Amino acid sequence: MKLTLIVIAAAGLFLTSCGGKTETNSSTDTPQMEGEVKIDGSSTVYPISEAVAEEFRNEQPKVRVTVGLSGTGGGFKKFSRGETDINNASRSIKSEEEKACKANNISSLEIEIAFDGLSVVVHPDNNFVNDITVAELKMMWSPEAQNKIKRWNQIRKEWPNEEFHLYGAGTESGTYDYFTEAVVGESHKSRGDYTASEDDNVLVQGVSTDKNALGFFGFAYYEANMDKLKLVAIDDQDDSNGKGPILPSVETVKNKTYAPLSRPLFIYVNSVAIQRPEVTEFVKFYINNAGTLSREVGFIPMTEEEYAIQMKQFEEFMSSHTK
Amino acid sequence: MTKRTREKSIELVLAFCALLTILTTAGILYVLVFEAFNFFQEVSIVDFLTDTQWTPLFSEKHFGILPLLSGTLLTSFIAILVALPTGLTIALFLNEYATVRFKNIIKPILEILASVPTVVYGFFALTVVTPFLQQFIPGMSGFNSLSAGFVMGIMIIPYVSSLSDDAIAAVPRYIREGSLALGANRFQTSIRVILPSASSGIIVSAILAISRAIGETMIVAIAAGQQPRLTLNPLVPVETITTYIVKVSLGDVAHDSLEYRTIFAAGITLFIFTFLLNNLSYWLNKKFEKKYV
Repeated sequence: MKLTLIVIAAAGLFLTSCGGKTETNSSTDTPQMEGEVKIDGSSTVYPISEAVAEEFRNEQPKVRVTVGLSGTGGGFKKFSRGETDINNASRSIKSEEEKACKANNISSLEIEIAFDGLSVVVHPDNNFVNDITVAELKMMWSPEAQNKIKRWNQIRKEWPNEEFHLYGAGTESGTYDYFTEAVVGESHKSRGDYTASEDDNVLVQGVSTDKNALGFFGFAYYEANMDKLKLVAIDDQDDSNGKGPILPSVETVKNKTYAPLSRPLFIYVNSVAIQRPEVTEFVKFYINNAGTLSREVGFIPMTEEEYAIQMKQFEEFMSSHTK
Repeated sequence: MTKRTREKSIELVLAFCALLTILTTAGILYVLVFEAFNFFQEVSIVDFLTDTQWTPLFSEKHFGILPLLSGTLLTSFIAILVALPTGLTIALFLNEYATVRFKNIIKPILEILASVPTVVYGFFALTVVTPFLQQFIPGMSGFNSLSAGFVMGIMIIPYVSSLSDDAIAAVPRYIREGSLALGANRFQTSIRVILPSASSGIIVSAILAISRAIGETMIVAIAAGQQPRLTLNPLVPVETITTYIVKVSLGDVAHDSLEYRTIFAAGITLFIFTFLLNNLSYWLNKKFEKKYV
């Protein structure tokens, strides 16, 4: 997962730096600033932050922006000690992390920057799995299924009496935590008898060559391998957010009908760090450009109004914390 | 420096070089045993040997080595199924049928098989052999033990053929000539006389080849899959002991945790297997040497 993200990020950088035609909404007449913005945290969010940082360097070449990937939890540790200005997060801050921040007189603001839609995929020749309910996914992936639920017809009667093969993220990745939380109901809990890999390439290879495969990974990876995979529509059996099975797409993730496998991605801003103008400038730049840049690196942008709300919250946060 | 002390110091350097290999082995063994011992403090050895599930990284933890062992043995079995008949036929052909000139050309070419990097074999299995086999076997997974084992078999052909070749060449001339004098043709001589006479040498070659296959890592890691599964079905993904060790060593598992120690328990299992096989072949080789002296 990490490796692929770096590759994606590198590709994103390549596009943004070489193309140079990405629309950036920041006005060019802002004064030149100096200083440093330190970012760390989730490897999932990394490609977006890195893409934003790269664009920002064009605007403010004297501001050094560094982006690390210690994982959401590792990043929050540094964040709470005041070592970083911004933390990338693929989940919300936990209460104990918030306490650690308070202990160092740091308060934080959560800013949503994009969505990630986890895609469930099967082999293109698989003609019976077109959609699946969350309950069925749970049956397939829960710890209790281990060594017991092995055949398609155990999940749905009309599916064939053949063994299915599961492919999914390894236990160390945030994707695994997120998928298990959404599907099994408890984070970090699933069956163990499936092909688990941190490397999305292995998962794509596995699913695309195995007629009885079912796997999951980030939407960015599905998009890059569309011709070799078949997307499965997800039915959360809750009609309030869209009826029936729904396929992940930029549209359905954006309007939140693709549930529960779409998740918001965040950055957290440090209240002490925003005393420095280069940090506030960077955060504003981030909110203004997250839409275009996140799409470029394979994520799904939010609506303009949602970004406007984030901007407003950031401005309120600024005025309440700056003297 | 006198001649004597110079001679002595050279001797010491040579002894040290010899000792170095032994020390390395001892060091490896120490680490394996030490970490595996810690592992077995927490996991009972009975569970380790009898549980049919291997999921140490998941919430439902099971520490049964059998699925990994079955993956290892299944791929190795397929490999030897390919390598033994092929290697043996090659050895017999080169000794009993081919001209000396032909043999001198063919043998070095065969050795090339052993010098292909195993990662190349792995990709060959994954991207060429598997798609080819899938045309005939529709239900076959992209990762499977059949194509990994098959390609591994090709890789170990030189082990079988060159060692069997030595064994067959060591069969005394008079035995061969006696058979021909009695009116047997070359095929009958090869199958009924030469093969049985060279059998222990051939068995040694097979055992060494199996031992090599069991320890092989890259081919199975790339082509056989990463799902521990207790099965004899060669068409589905399996995980071998070596694949598991690679996966955990490369991943983010915290050192000094039980999860991390599982690789040493798996490693020592692998070590015991290859150690026994190598010793068995050594012992058989000794026995074989005595036969015609």
